[in-house]
Amino acid sequence: MAAERQVWELLAAVADPEIPVLSIVDLGIVREVREEAGGRLRVSITPTYSGCPATDVIRTLVRRALDAGGFADAALEEVLSPPWSSAWLSAAGREKLRAFGIAPPEEPVTGLRQLTAAPPVSCPRCASRETIRVSEFGSTPCKAHYRCDACGEPFDYFKCL
Amino acid sequence: MSATAPAAGERTGPERAAHCRYVLRLADTSLVLGQRLAEWIGHAPALEEDLGLANLSLDLIGQARLLLTYAGELEGAGRDEDALAFLRDAPEFMNLTLAEQPNGDFAHTIVRQWLIDTWQLEIYATLEHSSDVRLGAIAAKAIRETRYHQRFSSGWLVRLGDGTPESHERTQRALDELWRFTPELFTPDEIDEHMSAVGIAPALPQLAPRWSARVGEDLRAATLTPPATPPYPWHGKRGVHSEHLGHLLAEMQHLQRTYPGARW
Repeated sequence: MAAERQVWELLAAVADPEIPVLSIVDLGIVREVREEAGGRLRVSITPTYSGCPATDVIRTLVRRALDAGGFADAALEEVLSPPWSSAWLSAAGREKLRAFGIAPPEEPVTGLRQLTAAPPVSCPRCASRETIRVSEFGSTPCKAHYRCDACGEPFDYFKCL
Repeated sequence: MSATAPAAGERTGPERAAHCRYVLRLADTSLVLGQRLAEWIGHAPALEEDLGLANLSLDLIGQARLLLTYAGELEGAGRDEDALAFLRDAPEFMNLTLAEQPNGDFAHTIVRQWLIDTWQLEIYATLEHSSDVRLGAIAAKAIRETRYHQRFSSGWLVRLGDGTPESHERTQRALDELWRFTPELFTPDEIDEHMSAVGIAPALPQLAPRWSARVGEDLRAATLTPPATPPYPWHGKRGVHSEHLGHLLAEMQHLQRTYPGARW
């Protein structure tokens, strides 16, 4: 148990390569750390989007952190199921995002008929709800591009998935 | 990847080959469409659309990687995702003929995208509950992304169709040109029928009405007229392609064919 907790702590210090204000634990990328029969640790991680280019980098960073932390023999596996969801973002992670200037996810995309009804999003700078979606797709797969009509600032919105 | 198809070891060689081919069809449709969308990078009508198409491309290629890796394992001949993507010739590609059609103008790209997004929504929704848990996991991941894709493409379909006379005319023309490839989407062959019978894949004829309903609804909102459905189904998923796939592969595979095994 102590070893598992130690690994969680190690991984909580691994920053996401695209949103470095978040750790991969905040993002819900680390799914499981478990000790198998025989004492070997197994770490499971999951990709956010299937095409996310950061996935390979994250795998390397996790491996490096495990090796450096004295867990060179720990196994690292990728799991797809259940699929990653923005709902797994930790409460601390949501606050860190907002402080960084990225609006945290608000509502899941449930229906398909939400063509013009982009989810109402609060501006991460001035908290106004008077924001409009500029583009469904932003600088990374996980973000959309918004603009605040109250303070005039553009900002990223971390999409629901 | 720890999940495997149920009772994979018990199945016969031909059955495994059919299973592999079915997964390749899904993989190749995503890969080829993703490659087509990547051709837009730096050329889209606006920066936001450039980013949008690039994001769709990235998702599709990501899905293709998962599917190709799985197809390679089912095949059991030691081919990984790269070998399958870069070292097969056109007749070995199993994508829908619609996916390989050239980009044309923005309206043409949007119509092609919307037809396939709407198809993938139905396919993945069923595959999520496939008896093949590995395929089910890939579908469950993909469908979340596909919902965004369909929202993007149907949104543009409506804006263009119900836009200016020029955009309406171009979108209707794209629809008239691409519609002839749609019978292939839901015309099953023996592989589709077999995969459906063993609970791995959806029964395509059952999905067709759902697709038609959604497509019809979007077309009405876009003030576009569906063309008459032609009887002739194309056979991209059987490896019989239009002339366009070869050109696409020549560009996509150039580096690996010229410098086999190159890495960076």
